[in-house]
Amino acid sequence: MPLKHIEEFRDAKLAQNLVAKINATKTRHIRLMEVCGTHTVSIFRSGIRSVLPPTISLLSGPGCPVCVTDQREIDAFIELARIDDVILTTFGDLMRVPGSTSSLQKQRADGKDIRVVYSTVDALEIARKNPAKQVVFLGIGFETTAPTIAAAIVSAARTKVTNFSVISAHKLVPPALETLMTLEDVRLDGFILPGHVSVIIGVNAYQPFFDRYQIPCVVAGFEPTDILQTISMLVEQIKTGRPRLENAYQRAVTPEGNPTARKILDEVFELADASWRGIGVIANSGLKIREAFAAHDAQRLFDIQVPEPQIPKGCICGDILTAKKIPPDCKLYATTCTPTDPVGPCMVSTEGTCAAYYKYHV
Amino acid sequence: MCLAIPSKITRIENDMATIDVDGVQRQASLLLLEDAAVGEYVIVHAGFAIQKIDEAGAMETIRLLKEAAAFVESGGGDPS
Ligand code: SF4
Repeated sequence: MPLKHIEEFRDAKLAQNLVAKINATKTRHIRLMEVCGTHTVSIFRSGIRSVLPPTISLLSGPGCPVCVTDQREIDAFIELARIDDVILTTFGDLMRVPGSTSSLQKQRADGKDIRVVYSTVDALEIARKNPAKQVVFLGIGFETTAPTIAAAIVSAARTKVTNFSVISAHKLVPPALETLMTLEDVRLDGFILPGHVSVIIGVNAYQPFFDRYQIPCVVAGFEPTDILQTISMLVEQIKTGRPRLENAYQRAVTPEGNPTARKILDEVFELADASWRGIGVIANSGLKIREAFAAHDAQRLFDIQVPEPQIPKGCICGDILTAKKIPPDCKLYATTCTPTDPVGPCMVSTEGTCAAYYKYHV
Repeated sequence: MCLAIPSKITRIENDMATIDVDGVQRQASLLLLEDAAVGEYVIVHAGFAIQKIDEAGAMETIRLLKEAAAFVESGGGDPS
């Protein structure tokens, strides 16, 4: 049965062997980026950084959903909470992210109705039970999360839950990869591609990006051996000078991805420009709710105006998301800014790079 | 945000599956994975099953891992 494979993917002996193989493969100094926040956490937790040769640097990319959410979007979420008769529903990570002047957590302390849910199914249930209120879900996250939100919108439309809407602040991974390749001061030699984004979009979705930039790319799972194998494959590609787009997470990722999820994404959303923290606007890197589902689009239903946003003073989260800097480069890191009292989103989210650095020593 | 452990489906009712995550029972929507069946292992993200674990894919990866291990154990390495 597949579950027993977990043991094999966590086998310390296999991991040691992979580490030995990576160490035996001599390359110049290389910089590999893990794009997904869950990979960042897994890499830190398993201690992978400490067993790699000094020639390999692992850098965290723009893959923590809360962290890449633009300050203006955070401010808009907070503004929504202030509207009468609105129940805001959100994933927990967003609660403590500081907006320009407040946070969702502070709004809740002030008596606003903000509820943390585990899934959009729960948010929809809250809407059913509170027909006199408008229930708004804060839609953040990448291609993995967006279909779960699309499914909720379709369910709401079909079952006539007219008081459920979503504010769509989703971000797409392939356009961000393209942008990273064009940023000044960002030099990368390979990508550890996100596992569960790839479950949805499939390996083929990276093909145009790969064809254009010819940079080593490997889709990775989340167990330590998955990540070590991915690094080993990337190192091999770099050593031989033959970049490839490969899949090291074959038990879950197919060339085409999940067709049902892709279909529902396309049914509900269309491409739109999106603004990323630290990067700015990337063309066609976001998702906007289609006209057909306008009744469930919080952006259309509520006229939300926010003043020019203010980034927390001294926070260099933006540069960290693009691997231009690392957390210890930030003056506030571990002094004013800690997980219990975070200044920026990269310290708030458990998937944030600053939080990972703090928790696991560095 | 990604729960990486595959969970076993123990029950299906309408579009909802009951899944077993290390002994804890949870609910997962099957709206994004229509052909899942009881007894299968799925990856769950934010309350939705998003993919079945492919047995052949798992075996293939393990085979590659073991191959790498054998390579190391045989004293292989980069000559340069
Ligand atoms: S340590 Fe805190 S203030 Fe500095 S970049 Fe990270 S989140 Fe921002």
